[in-house]
Amino acid sequence: MGWLDRERTIAPPGFNRWLVPPAALAVHLCIGQAYATSVYKTALVKHFGASLTEIGVIFSIAIVMLGLSAAIMGTWVDKNGPRKAMFTSAMFWASGFLIGSLGIFSGQLWLVYLGYGFIGGIGLGIGYISPVSTLIKWFPDRPGLATGMAIMGFGGGALIASPVSTGLLKMYDPNSGAQGWVASGDSVGKLFLTLAVVYLAYMLFGAFTIKVPAEGWKPAGFDPSKVKTATLVTTDNVSAKNAVKTKQFWLVWIALFCNVTAGIGILEQAAPMIQDFFRQSDGVSLVSAAVASGFVGLLSIGNMSGRFAWSATSDVTGRKRIYMMYLGVGAVLYTVLALGGSSSTFLYVALAFVIISFYGGGFATVPAYLRDLFGTFQVGAIHGRLLTAWSAAGIAGPLIVNAFLDAQGKPGQLTAASYQPALLTMVGLLIIGFVANLLVKPVDARFHEPRPDRVRAEEPAMEA
Amino acid sequence: MSTVQTSVKPSTTGRLVAAWALVGVPLGYGVYETLTRVAALFG
Repeated sequence: MGWLDRERTIAPPGFNRWLVPPAALAVHLCIGQAYATSVYKTALVKHFGASLTEIGVIFSIAIVMLGLSAAIMGTWVDKNGPRKAMFTSAMFWASGFLIGSLGIFSGQLWLVYLGYGFIGGIGLGIGYISPVSTLIKWFPDRPGLATGMAIMGFGGGALIASPVSTGLLKMYDPNSGAQGWVASGDSVGKLFLTLAVVYLAYMLFGAFTIKVPAEGWKPAGFDPSKVKTATLVTTDNVSAKNAVKTKQFWLVWIALFCNVTAGIGILEQAAPMIQDFFRQSDGVSLVSAAVASGFVGLLSIGNMSGRFAWSATSDVTGRKRIYMMYLGVGAVLYTVLALGGSSSTFLYVALAFVIISFYGGGFATVPAYLRDLFGTFQVGAIHGRLLTAWSAAGIAGPLIVNAFLDAQGKPGQLTAASYQPALLTMVGLLIIGFVANLLVKPVDARFHEPRPDRVRAEEPAMEA
Repeated sequence: MSTVQTSVKPSTTGRLVAAWALVGVPLGYGVYETLTRVAALFG
């Protein structure tokens, strides 16, 4: 299929680079559905007669596969270009829904694990990294803004999928008007079929809209020599194979891991946490379930807007400084939340909103950070390898919070004080991340790819 | 040798609007739906 090759996607003169962000968004908005699985979770529990944990495994497999496929397929994505990568991602993602629906209709949970979890998860990983290096090449003057726009889509995807899925489930289930209604398995199967078709169409739109810039292209008025004014921004290139041998890669890995772990700590527990923080001595919370649901919605907006706003701001402040803010200010805000968050709901909501915006900002800024340190040569592949920090944080974050909360009491009896050990542990993690980020220095020249004026005698070894 | 983007073809403007609408309208709908839920926080 030569029409998917990188060579066939080189933009003609006059191509408008602002067509690239919507192409990237088309993919990220679709794969962002992964964060809207709670809509049909209860329905699947009932349909399969399974436990919440067994159904939760579907999502866990998908996220693990996201990290693994991004790490393993990153070099392939960089080599073959964004169109082939987006097309492949669309096939995996849509197939995941189709096989998942087959599992639901036939009552075979393992097929849902294989479909949505394993196959769909591969689509998630390839899709997540597919537009990143292309956007950075189209926007060398504003890489943070460009990647922020795309990665914002991953946060926004759930905002769309959640109400649309609820509406479709009501439409497909004739009993949707009944009191205490839980969607039937049949309606969830039909929902999966619908999402497969819609997401395939949207992602193919992205695949056939995206183009790569011609060799040597640069935007009007852009002077690459001005970019070099920042110490950390390199004009050299480091391969993905060599990037993982540098201290910088692992320091950024730690910074991302700490930032994501701390954010997940709040996100995972958002609804019960706000109710527990304002639980009165009689055991009744001042915050109703409806208000808690509104709080979760507000965090989703904070997560999405932080991805765009903070990443775009990093083009002005520099990547290292903005990460100092995510981790340093984040640690202070987390401390205030742990020790004084229960004094006022407004204070609690405002603190959580900013903390989650930092969480989203960390995701969106990191591709530009990698570009600054390692150049554009294999930034997609390096980004893919870095996303293993996300997978690790996805396991560590909930584990830390749940372990501390289990030791404090039963759900429904917890109070603000019950959360202090978990939250203060997150503060410690953020401080570790802050120090790791502080230690980031320019990459040693021995890791740079050879240039006509500079050859490399041998492959560099792992940095001590 | 480097190529510099100098102008944008007028024909691409329509394509640009359509492409942004295709992603912007669903995203706007999602944000609106979420904000209606958020209203419970301040109600």
